[in-house]
Amino acid sequence: MSLRSPLRRVLGLGSAQSGVHHWWEQRLTSVALVPLSIWFVVSLLALPSLGHATVVAWMGQSSTALLLVIFVLVAARHSQLGVQVVVEDYVHGTGARTLTLVLVSFAHVLIAAAGVFAVLRVAFRAAP
Amino acid sequence: MSRYTLATSIFNRFTGVGLSLGLLLLTYWLMAVAAGARDYARALTLLSSAGAKLVYALLIVAFCYHLVAGIRHLVWDTGRGLERAQSQRSAYLVVAVSIVLMLVLAWLWFAGVHAR
Repeated sequence: MSLRSPLRRVLGLGSAQSGVHHWWEQRLTSVALVPLSIWFVVSLLALPSLGHATVVAWMGQSSTALLLVIFVLVAARHSQLGVQVVVEDYVHGTGARTLTLVLVSFAHVLIAAAGVFAVLRVAFRAAP
Repeated sequence: MSRYTLATSIFNRFTGVGLSLGLLLLTYWLMAVAAGARDYARALTLLSSAGAKLVYALLIVAFCYHLVAGIRHLVWDTGRGLERAQSQRSAYLVVAVSIVLMLVLAWLWFAGVHAR
């Protein structure tokens, strides 16, 4: 008989010793993405054009660059967590599932890094 | 689980995966901006093609739905709105609000910034 209370056993710890971490992170990124994604869409719509000079001037502002970097990182993490659940639900067989999850992770890191690098490249070039 | 609860849940996943592909497009656009004016102009011909416009329309649908349905999920996480009658009502509300949002965004995008 275990002397640990049922609550103690479930608090933050499942069989993978990570418990509700995935769920929690998905919620955190969701909450952050509500204002971030609205900001991004409204900013795009507010641009006078999508010409190179206009976009570079917009991305060159520190506040824009900072928010874009955060948006790309949070969106990539949220996307990775979401796609992970879809893969876990629909890809059967341990080998195929693990391989898919590895590829999904790598792809998201690549997307996030490329996006952040691009924003910083524009922002630093524009810096006085 | 009733039919629309199932439908709204599946559509939330579906639009989420679509937005993941949208993230790929966003990264491509950011990289094109960083690559300089000439490369950007070349990318812009691809990004203003008819196929791209269809992608934008789909992304607008996916974004509006996923945003509104996601907020519904966050409300659920607080323990509210989980009764059957409430979740039926919020399912209709999510569809109605996201459709209005889709129309407004599509109009602003296609008649606004993208047309200029």
